[in-house]
Amino acid sequence: MAGKTLYDKLWDDHLVKQRDDGSALIYIDRQLLHEVTSPQAFEGLRLANRKPWRIDANVATPDHNVPTTDRARGIDGIVDPVSRTQVETLDNNCDEFGILEFKIKDQRQGIVHVIGPEQGVTLPGMSVVCGDSHTSTHGAFGCLAHGIGTSEVEHVLATQCLVQKKMKNMLVKVNGKLGKGVTGKDVVLAIIGKIGTAGGTGYAIEFGGDAIQSLSMEGRMTICNMAIEGGARVGMVGVDDTTIEYVKGRPFSPKGETWDKAVEYWRTLHSDSDAVFDKVVELDGSAIKPQVSWGTSPEMVTGVDGSVPDPVKENDPIKREGIERALKYMGLQPNQKITDIKLDRVFIGSCTNSRIEDLREAAAVVKGRKVASSLKQAMVVPGSGLVKAQAEQEGLDKIFIEAGLEWRDPGCSMCLAMNADKLGQGEHCASTSNRNFEGRQGFGGRTHLVSPAMAAAAAIKGHFIDVRELMN
Amino acid sequence: MRAFTQHQGIVAPMDRSNVDTDMIIPKQFLKSIKRTGFGPNLFDELRYLDEGQPDQDCSKRPINPDFVLNQERYKNASVLLARRNFGCGSSREHAPWALDDFGFRVVIAPSFADIFYNNCFKNGLLPIVLDEVIVGRLFKESEANVGYQLTVDLTAQTVITPSGESFSFEVDDFRRHCLLNGLDDIGVTLEDAGAISAYEDARRKTAPWLFNAGN
Repeated sequence: MAGKTLYDKLWDDHLVKQRDDGSALIYIDRQLLHEVTSPQAFEGLRLANRKPWRIDANVATPDHNVPTTDRARGIDGIVDPVSRTQVETLDNNCDEFGILEFKIKDQRQGIVHVIGPEQGVTLPGMSVVCGDSHTSTHGAFGCLAHGIGTSEVEHVLATQCLVQKKMKNMLVKVNGKLGKGVTGKDVVLAIIGKIGTAGGTGYAIEFGGDAIQSLSMEGRMTICNMAIEGGARVGMVGVDDTTIEYVKGRPFSPKGETWDKAVEYWRTLHSDSDAVFDKVVELDGSAIKPQVSWGTSPEMVTGVDGSVPDPVKENDPIKREGIERALKYMGLQPNQKITDIKLDRVFIGSCTNSRIEDLREAAAVVKGRKVASSLKQAMVVPGSGLVKAQAEQEGLDKIFIEAGLEWRDPGCSMCLAMNADKLGQGEHCASTSNRNFEGRQGFGGRTHLVSPAMAAAAAIKGHFIDVRELMN
Repeated sequence: MRAFTQHQGIVAPMDRSNVDTDMIIPKQFLKSIKRTGFGPNLFDELRYLDEGQPDQDCSKRPINPDFVLNQERYKNASVLLARRNFGCGSSREHAPWALDDFGFRVVIAPSFADIFYNNCFKNGLLPIVLDEVIVGRLFKESEANVGYQLTVDLTAQTVITPSGESFSFEVDDFRRHCLLNGLDDIGVTLEDAGAISAYEDARRKTAPWLFNAGN
């Protein structure tokens, strides 16, 4: 009999009941909650007169709506009354049900996918859900992590289970060694460029190969974070020393004998050497260049030395129309060089790229340089209060500020522009976030997805440039 | 949940692929703490020429005359015909809520994004996958004929055209069962409360570290 994949193992370990109709009940170890997708779920519980099944499985924080300035004022600092109500509703729900919440003034507050791992509330082998598609981030720890809708948030609150049908297994293997200046972000954009935005639909993707294993946990989180941009609800990396080293000593990580027992189990969380995948995709990591998205879907991406495609050369009529529409929205010409795209704003942040390593990479590029005068704004939004504190301890804030970037407070910010941070109509932004959809960062805004180092380089030059040209 | 057995309605063809959930309902409308009222802002950035704000009277806003749902013949549509990878992007259930609030009961496409597809079933909205060639034909037929309607029968798992042509579609047994009967799936799951507790007790012994955080 063939061995098991990591996904098979995680599935088996969380299977409560396999039903005759093909559906299954999967136990959820951890639910993360934020203010946007939870209010209707709590309301649903109340209307049905139900109680949460296991309070201590839930951890909450406000992130989508929080302002990134003037945070000393707490909730009163939220100018938009509708946003404020949403954050207050989360606070009230958590208080009412006794759920642990890192509130807006707590230093542990941050983007939900940053604080889970940071606190050790995300542990290897857990099943993790959150009403947010980027929950796949936690798969970097060998977790079975799903993004879910609000009805499922309510379902997990009430039953601690999710009704699931087992997905297919896909292995994305990135071989070889990544070049200088090439990061997890470039790897995942290259993967999405190859498999397409629906390439992973119906699959749980495991990322493997030398290039993935050589990455830090931050890099792995960036890759798993964007599994959903390749259509896969679940992205994973097997557990190794890097994983265990990261988890050790976190506030909610196990200690003493329990730690030893946990590590023993975690060491089994990788695909067996004879495991069979339904689909295998291989990439040569050494050939991946810094990536820049040019269109309105994450699959519309190319190397920084590339050009905007010419729709005339696309044979598939549906894809051709998609390219034409994207170029019109983005205000770009066919065959235009990527390095000729001029920028209005730069955003470094989001659940994809706001961790300490991301900030270090960006700071290394801007150190001793100045932001181009043609830019309207360049901002850095750390992923959590603790990331911010760590960065300030290392002096990164000063490097950013001296270079002319704004140093903000933690939250989702301009990744989806639910707070006050947004693009103006027609503005081009080099963004370290995950989605370049129409209007995502602001009405009529034009997003280009890049790594933190590439965003930093773009901030210095005012247009895209191969970051390797700025590295010694 | 509202049950779904059979539905007949006007078809609106939305001719673009990779329609994402940001497009279906832009983020500024996600600030609501309710499940209803999203209909006027469905496809907001495509439907209107200005930037929409929550709690705005949409009847006074400038309309994009080119957008399909602004055309008189599609105003009462309840079946949305779409291209591949419909509903990609965020997990926001506000997307099916907005489609439902507008009056859609069925979405037909060659493929859907996983989370959106799943969210539809929780809200009495039926997403149907049909072969791309068939979807292409339905696009042509619906565009050529004003008042074009399709009949969808979930019991028989068929989509029937005005000429009587029938296409069958697949749907998971559990989802079909819940939708046909309008079942609250939390109630269904809680019938297995004993199994959940037994699993939990066993895990507490073998993996105690899973139970020591959060509070």
